[in-house]
Amino acid sequence: MKAQTKKIQLVWGLLLGIIFGFLLQKSGVTKYDVIIGQLLLTDFTVLKVMLSAVVTGMLGLHLMQNLGWIKLRPKAGSWGKNAVGGLIFGLGFAILGYCPGTIAGAMGNGYLDAITGGFIGIVLGSGLLAAVYPSLNAGILKKGYFGDLTLPRFARVNEWIVIIPLSIVLTLLLFWLETAGL
Amino acid sequence: MDWLTAVQWSPYAAGIGIGILSWFTWLISSKPIGCSTSFARTAGMIEKLFRGKKVEGKLYYREVKPEIDWQWMFVLGIIGGALVSSLLSGDFGWQWIPGKWEMAFGNNMWLRFFAALSGGTLLGFGARWAGGCTSGHGISGTMQLAVSSWVSAICFFIGGIAMAHIIFNVIA
Repeated sequence: MKAQTKKIQLVWGLLLGIIFGFLLQKSGVTKYDVIIGQLLLTDFTVLKVMLSAVVTGMLGLHLMQNLGWIKLRPKAGSWGKNAVGGLIFGLGFAILGYCPGTIAGAMGNGYLDAITGGFIGIVLGSGLLAAVYPSLNAGILKKGYFGDLTLPRFARVNEWIVIIPLSIVLTLLLFWLETAGL
Repeated sequence: MDWLTAVQWSPYAAGIGIGILSWFTWLISSKPIGCSTSFARTAGMIEKLFRGKKVEGKLYYREVKPEIDWQWMFVLGIIGGALVSSLLSGDFGWQWIPGKWEMAFGNNMWLRFFAALSGGTLLGFGARWAGGCTSGHGISGTMQLAVSSWVSAICFFIGGIAMAHIIFNVIA
């Protein structure tokens, strides 16, 4: 029974992934030019897609958690892990012009730089991290550890005190981008 | 059914769609949308082909098992979904050199190949260092209000914006 549940979940993963890939491709973010345009601050498609997804997802997920339907799992982290790793990621992001999700979309779109060098590179980089992981894990990954802290727990307030204003601010930011013609 | 064959949707429509999709990944599979762990699993599976079972004993692969899981199938699905979308709209096409790259660096295939390879290596290394990517931290983690994810997502863009300006305004 358990093995069957696992197989069914693999099928769900595939089906939900197909929808994600479809949405990514329709949004334009499977394209190098769109991602580089965002990083050069000339095309804000990536930010528009991400922020509208975050606002929609945030409202729904926390409501569903309040109803007891799901249990969220915020990732634990530290400054050494998330700030340093995030900056390394950013350098690669600009050189490659895709990220791990959008490169899968770019592969489906027929982009050969993604299918060859980009894909091989991400797998290689992941393998390299696995090789040096024991020494990083004993040192820098623990620097400035804050665990699975969330913004509401950091501010010691009810989560909706963060969610409602944040949703409004992010929505206003999107309106501002539109009125600024970006 | 024009929306199925449209080349590009409003970014807000696609973004809201991704947000709603995240409700269902949690409801159906109790999983956040994420991608980069699957590249680490793939690296482990390839290493296993060459070095055998002992790869599973490495500290990293004890935490991230080199096997096909929900997210690995999800990433496979992304390729399929993007393929269907681009075929429906006629946007599919084999392309080596993206337009903005060609304008700055010309159409040498090998230059673009090695840039993608080195950029991909940094990206994969950084994603696993930070424990997530633009999907896992940038979308799924920020919507859970995780501090780790907000820090990561902001640093993705600080590093990316700085490097893109160096590439296109200093080097090119």
